[in-house]
Amino acid sequence: MSNTDANTSTGYNFAYLDEQTKRMIRRAILKAVAIPGYQVPFASREMPLPYGWGTGGIQVTASIIGPDDTLKVIDQGADDTTNAVSIRRFFERTAGTATTERTTEASLIQTRHRIPETPLREHQIIVYQVPIPEPLRWVEPREAETRKMHALAEYGAMYVRLYEDIAQFGHITTTYDYPVMVDGRYLMRPSPIPKFDNPKMDMNPALQLFGAGREKRIYAVPPYTSVESLDFADHPFTIERWEQSCEICGSRDSFLDEVITDDRGTRVFVCSDTDHCRQRGAAKAAE
Amino acid sequence: MSELSLNDVGYDAEEPPLLQVSRLCKRFGPQIVCADVSFALWPGEVLGVVGESGSGKTTLLNCVSTRLEPDSGRIEFRLRDGRIAQLSEMSEPARRMLMRTDWGFVHQNPRDGLRLGLSAGANIGERLMEVGSRHYGEIRGAAADWLAKVEIEIDRIDDPPRVFSGGMQQRLQIARNLVSRPRIVLMDEPTGGLDVSVQARLLDLLRGLCTELGLAALVVTHDLGVARLLAHRLMVMQGGAIVEAGLTDQVLDDPQHPYTQLLVASMLQ
Amino acid sequence: MYVAVKGGERAITAAHRLLAEARRGDPAIAELSVAQIDEQLALAVDRVMTEGSVYDRELAALAIKQARGDLVEAIFLLRAYRTTLPRLAVGLPLDTGSASLRRRISATFKDVPGGQILGPTFDYTHRLIDFALAAEAESAASFEPGAGATDGVPFPRVSALLGDEGLIEVNPADDTEPGDLTREPLVFPSDRAVRLQNLARGDEGYLLALGYSTQRGYGRNHPFAGEIRIGEVDIEIVPPELGFAVVIGEITVTECEMVNQFKGSATAPPQFTRGYGLAFGESERKAMAMAMVDRALRAAELGEEVTAPAQDQEFVLSHSDSVEASGFVQHLKLPHYVDFQAELNLIRRLRAETISPDAEAAE
Repeated sequence: MSNTDANTSTGYNFAYLDEQTKRMIRRAILKAVAIPGYQVPFASREMPLPYGWGTGGIQVTASIIGPDDTLKVIDQGADDTTNAVSIRRFFERTAGTATTERTTEASLIQTRHRIPETPLREHQIIVYQVPIPEPLRWVEPREAETRKMHALAEYGAMYVRLYEDIAQFGHITTTYDYPVMVDGRYLMRPSPIPKFDNPKMDMNPALQLFGAGREKRIYAVPPYTSVESLDFADHPFTIERWEQSCEICGSRDSFLDEVITDDRGTRVFVCSDTDHCRQRGAAKAAE
Repeated sequence: MSELSLNDVGYDAEEPPLLQVSRLCKRFGPQIVCADVSFALWPGEVLGVVGESGSGKTTLLNCVSTRLEPDSGRIEFRLRDGRIAQLSEMSEPARRMLMRTDWGFVHQNPRDGLRLGLSAGANIGERLMEVGSRHYGEIRGAAADWLAKVEIEIDRIDDPPRVFSGGMQQRLQIARNLVSRPRIVLMDEPTGGLDVSVQARLLDLLRGLCTELGLAALVVTHDLGVARLLAHRLMVMQGGAIVEAGLTDQVLDDPQHPYTQLLVASMLQ
Repeated sequence: MYVAVKGGERAITAAHRLLAEARRGDPAIAELSVAQIDEQLALAVDRVMTEGSVYDRELAALAIKQARGDLVEAIFLLRAYRTTLPRLAVGLPLDTGSASLRRRISATFKDVPGGQILGPTFDYTHRLIDFALAAEAESAASFEPGAGATDGVPFPRVSALLGDEGLIEVNPADDTEPGDLTREPLVFPSDRAVRLQNLARGDEGYLLALGYSTQRGYGRNHPFAGEIRIGEVDIEIVPPELGFAVVIGEITVTECEMVNQFKGSATAPPQFTRGYGLAFGESERKAMAMAMVDRALRAAELGEEVTAPAQDQEFVLSHSDSVEASGFVQHLKLPHYVDFQAELNLIRRLRAETISPDAEAAE
């Protein structure tokens, strides 16, 4: 993609946000990195995309993106889903930075609901879009109380919920946005990634940033930080497995989307991560 | 008289008290609700606080449990390691932890002391999970043990207390408090609102548990029958002050203060 | 062999074009002008300015045109635009007491100094659809209200009149800089200044329902409409080079002061309490609802038991913003198929275990 001069074409500052706002957000990001997993309140701005559609992630990306960055945007693991397209276009218009669909070529990745299958490297940054940042929200609706619980590391209520799941269903029934303990101190929501992706967060060489625009919180997991999914000693955390393999590339260990292909309910399974699938497919064809 | 002296106790004066309350005062606006209340509580003993409504006994309980802040006075508690802590000077995290482990509070209405939406097992297991218990089987096992101790059928372990009878809810509340092996339990009219036959069973259970676990307890009640059954010692409150105190049987069989005499006389036989 | 569906980018471009066509509608029908919207749909413009937090009639009218008449969407457009505006100065507090009034009523007294001025209100109209309006004829005779009827007439505040007798609580004199909701995130508990900002930007329907709920017993506080004023006020700033205030323009505002349940204490005799609402333009329903909710949110501060939703700060203030609410509700339209896939996996597994419990997967 070409580097267009964003300033003259749109009349907006580079990456849309004014420099003061970027500075405010970067300060919040620094605080977040200094306290892994802790939710830092920030004055989220109204953006041209609606709340709930990635404004937090967009503000984080807009605050750290530079003219030399290469941006990848995915939603549900795919570059071509409507909202990923919309967000990528937004940055093409307002920042004019290079964009890519290849995980290995990106310096900055904004994502909704997946972590790429391709392992990330040092100096890459991944920005997650977060709808509800507070992991204790389902056990305690009041913000004043959850703040205290985090401050005092009072996380028993979360384990009580997991206990109830096992008592009722025999399993922990959370399958996405699965709560994690970061650096052994703060309870965190990883955003609605499937629990399949949780292990990727642990000791990841990349910087992981999380932006919640509507709820006005930013949090972070610095590189090489421990991220453990909550469980019980006798009900350990497990990830999903499929019996099928990817219809296109044959992968047996990536997250698969179920696609219904006709009105008789015929189903095929394909990799959710379209870039990963394409690379694998190309490698296989080259053999 | 507002001070309980060791002479009334007949206790081993060598062993230090678990709880020492000194000159506790509390007012609501211009009204004095607790006037200069002082007493001590020893490990393993049940101290009853009786009086009619308006006597200040519930306010006293709420101040001791730190739910209310007294206007003046001291509340000192002997921690497990022997150190004395002044409750008002403890940090909030330390105090919250104490209330969740070493202290228990049984509300008059069990619904105030339970999580109605959680299962009975989760209600009991919560304190364990709060202090770091991470083995589902062990937590469930402990919950089952305690259900048995408070005479609730094990197969109710996954039911929410919302569907329990009042008596069962109260017994569950007790289990929820005792699972962390507290050394002191405060109780606010623990049998209030229950049918008479249910009350008797609950009192028997409480008395048994207090003895078996060596619990110290501060029990507020307007019912002298409850006091006689549960308490080793008794304090009588009127208008915010302690007017009489001593061994339960002595106070009830041979009341000295006119107010105590009135209370005893009006007790239904 | 399955081929992955592509073309999201093309689909979006096509959707945008369709939207532009739908917005214009039948080309044979005259296009709406921004001026027409400003003049003839003025109350829509007022609402968009109020909740969009920008006083610019033309911009609000344009937003309404672009949004095809969807006011929540128009409010969103205005808010997004506001984000890009530089902040040049901070105005002095509006002196609504010296507004030149077009409407001023009080329900608490039969007559008040300055009089009850009805102004251009829907009150007392009979809600009969006027089919004559369907014809776009010029109006027969233009109505000339007595020119300058309210000029120079003093309109002392009703609350000040009550205050003279000590009957109503005094607003505390407070010169501390109010927090700025557009610059700092909302934190609980919040103070009254920040709460009022939140309510001013809040969705009118939401506040209306909450205000209504207090009247029906969910946190009743006995409101009376002490005074409602609609008129023009000056905007003043103090440029640092000058050191004194200059008027840079005027805006129309609607102000409502509610007189509520009185309250006394052991030391103070009872006084009426207050609720306050302020909105851009002629937004009377909004100002009234806002005043009722403002008062309800003061319940804890006034020693009242907090029992009703309208009195619950966290509840009221967290859900009042239509831009946030609309965004999050509508975000459900976005693809969620990965999370749904995770749920499908689990539910199939659980069902398999229920149907044949011996076939439990090894943990």
